[in-house]
Amino acid sequence: MNNILNQIGIENYIFLSVILFCIGVFGVLYRRNAIIVFMSIEIMLNAVSLLFVAFSTYHQDAEGQVFVFFSMAVAAAEVAVGLAILVSIFRNVGSITIDNLKNLKG
Amino acid sequence: MNTNLSLLLLLAPFLGFLINIFFGKSLGKTVAGIIGTLTVAVSFAVSLYFFGQITASKEPIQIQLFDWIQISNFKVDFGFLLDQLSILWLLFVTGIGSLIHLYSISYMHDDEKMHTFFAYLNLFVFFMITLVIGSNLLVMFIGWEGVGLCSYLLIGFWYKNQEFNDAAKKAFIMNRIGDLGLLIGIFILGMLFNTLDFSTLKIGISGATDLNMYWLSAAAFALFIGACGKSAQIPLYTWLPDAMAGPTPVSALIHAATMVTAGIFMITRMNFLFDLTPDVQSIIAVVGAITALVAATIGLVQNDIKKVLAYSTVSQLGLMFLALGLGAYEVAVFHVITHAFFKACLFLGSGSVIHALGGEQDMRNMGGLKKAMPITFGTMLIASLAISGVPLFSGFFSKDEILLVAFHSNIPLWLIGSIASIMTAFYMFRLMFLTFFKEFRGTAEQKHHLHESPSLITLPLIVLAILATVGGLISLPGNSWLNEYLTPILPKLATAAHHLGTTEYILMAIAVVGGLIGIGLAYAKYIKQDSIPAEDAAITGFSKVLYNKYYVDEFYDAIIVKPINVLSGFFRDTIETSLSSLVFGLGKVTNEISFQGKKLQSGSIGLYLFAFVIGLCAIISYLFLAQ
Repeated sequence: MNNILNQIGIENYIFLSVILFCIGVFGVLYRRNAIIVFMSIEIMLNAVSLLFVAFSTYHQDAEGQVFVFFSMAVAAAEVAVGLAILVSIFRNVGSITIDNLKNLKG
Repeated sequence: MNTNLSLLLLLAPFLGFLINIFFGKSLGKTVAGIIGTLTVAVSFAVSLYFFGQITASKEPIQIQLFDWIQISNFKVDFGFLLDQLSILWLLFVTGIGSLIHLYSISYMHDDEKMHTFFAYLNLFVFFMITLVIGSNLLVMFIGWEGVGLCSYLLIGFWYKNQEFNDAAKKAFIMNRIGDLGLLIGIFILGMLFNTLDFSTLKIGISGATDLNMYWLSAAAFALFIGACGKSAQIPLYTWLPDAMAGPTPVSALIHAATMVTAGIFMITRMNFLFDLTPDVQSIIAVVGAITALVAATIGLVQNDIKKVLAYSTVSQLGLMFLALGLGAYEVAVFHVITHAFFKACLFLGSGSVIHALGGEQDMRNMGGLKKAMPITFGTMLIASLAISGVPLFSGFFSKDEILLVAFHSNIPLWLIGSIASIMTAFYMFRLMFLTFFKEFRGTAEQKHHLHESPSLITLPLIVLAILATVGGLISLPGNSWLNEYLTPILPKLATAAHHLGTTEYILMAIAVVGGLIGIGLAYAKYIKQDSIPAEDAAITGFSKVLYNKYYVDEFYDAIIVKPINVLSGFFRDTIETSLSSLVFGLGKVTNEISFQGKKLQSGSIGLYLFAFVIGLCAIISYLFLAQ
C-alpha cells in the first residue's frame, strides 16, 4: 500500500477527491431527476471517504479507515430510506423531477 | 379522643355539604334536608360533650393537628383551641344552626334548588366552626373568609333576580374592605410577636414590658376594622340590610345569630390586646353607640318586615360593640347569646309570615294575622318583649347590663344607648302591631290562603321563644353563671365586684320605663290612631331622610363608587388603549415581516440546494479567511 501511495503521491489523491466532490456538487445543482441528485450526493460522500482512506494510509493510522466503514454503513441505511421515500413520492406524484415537488411552498 | 371528636365536630357539616352538593339532587329534597340537619345536630351533640368536659375541668382543650407554616422563627400550627369562649359560641352556632336547618326543610320545600341551599348552609356551619375553634388568627381567618363566601352565595341564592345579585356583591365587597383590615392586623401581630397563636400571643402581650404601643394600637385598630366589616358597624354596615335579599332562614342564621357576631367573638378573643389600647377601645365604644342609634332611627320607618329586623340587628350589634369598647366583654357575649335567641326567633317568625302570605314582605299589606297564625304571633311577641327589654325576658338582663356598664363609664354613651333601646321597643312593636293586629290589608287571594305554618316551622319558633324567655338566667345580675364561666378567658372578672346598689335599681327602672314608653308610643300610633305607614311617594320631611336610610348608599355612591368608575373609565380609554395599540403594533410588524419572509420558501428544491451550497461555501471561506 505504501508503495502505491509513494508512486502516485498524496496530492493526486486530494485532487481526485476534490474533483469527485465538485462533480457531485454540480450534479446536485444541475440535475433535476431526484435519483441523479441522489447519486451525486453519493459521489460526494465517496470523495470524502477516499480522502479519509488516503490520509489514513499516509499517516499510518487506521482510525480514518474505521470512520469510513462507519460512514459506509450509515450511507447504506440512508440510501435505503432515501430510495424508499423516492419510490413513495413516485407512486403518489407520478414523477420524481424535483421541480414538480413544490407542495411545501410557503 | 378529643382530637377525633373535634374533627367530627368540624367535618360533620362538611360531609353534609359534600353529600348535598354532589348527590343532593338525586337524593330528593327531604333527604337532602334531613342530611343537612343531622350533620349539624351531630356537631351540636359534640359541642355539648365538650361543654360538659370544660365545665367540669375548666381547662382549655388544645389540639395541634400539624405544623402549617414555618419560616425562620415565625411558626403557625394548624390546630384548635376549645376554651370556654369557643365552646359557648359552638353551642349556639350549632344549636340554633340545627333549629334553622330543621325550619328550612319546610320553608325551602318549594324551591327547586333546595339541596344546594342545604349544601351552602352546611358549608357555612363548617366555616363558622373553623372560625370559632381555630387556635390561631390564621385558622380563624380561613373561617372568617369562608363564612363571607357562604354569606355571598346565600344572599344571591335566588340569582335570577339581578337586585339580589347586587346585594350579594355588595355584601362581599364591603366584607372585603373589613377583611383587609383584619389581615393587616394579623400581619402586624405576626411581625411583632412571630406567632399568631392565641395563647402565645396572650402571654407575649400581657407579659412583655417594652411593647411598641404605636404598632399595638395600629394592630388593634386594624382588627377592629375587620370586625366592623363582618359585624356591620358604621361605616361598613350598609351591606347587612341589603343582605335580606337571601332566603329568610339565611337572614336568621347568618345575618342575625351567628356570622355577624364573628367580629364580637374576635374582639373578645383578643381582649388582652384591646385592654392595652384604650384609644382603640374608646373608638369602638363610640362607633358602637352611634351605630346603635343610627340604625335604630332608620328602623323606625322601614316598611319591609325583614328590613326592620335587619336594622334592629345592626343596632343591637352596635350595643354589643359599645359594651366591648367599654371593656365589658362578658356583657357583650351575654347580649350576643340572648340576641341570637330572640333575633333568630323574630327572623324565623317573619319568615313564617312571609311564607303564609306567599312572599309578601311589606307590612303595609299585612295586619290581622293574629288569629290566623297564633303560634307565630305568640313566639314573635315573646321575642319582641325580649328585645324591647321587658323585665324577666332575656333581653332585659343583657341590655340592662350594657346600659349599666355605659352609665358607669360614660354618661353620653349611656344616653345614646338608652335612646336606641327606646327606639328598639318602638319599632319592634310597630312591626308587631302592623303585622298581627287590626284588619288584614292584603289582597283577597292572600287572605284566602292565610294559614298557620307547618310544625317543622313552628317547632324551632317555640324552642327559640322559650330560650328567648329563659336565656337571661345564665347571667342574672349579682349571681352570674356566665361571668364565672368566662373567668379563665377574662381574668378581670375574678376581681370585679358585682353588687347591686340603688343606682343599679334606678337605672333598671329607667330602662324598663323607657322600653314601656317605646311600646306605648307604638300602641298609641298604630292601634289607637290606627295609622298605617304612608305610601313611598307620600313620605316627607325627616322621615323621608330616614326612610331612605340617610342617603348613605347614595353618599357612598357619590364619593366612592362614581370616582372609581371615572378613574377606571380613564384607565380603560387612555392607558388601556395606548398599551393595547403598542402590543397590537408589535404584533402587526411581526406579522408583516413574516409575510414577506414566507416568500423565500418557494418549495423549489433546486433553489434550496443552491442556497445550501452557497452557504456552505461562505462558511468554509470564512473559516479559511478568519485564520
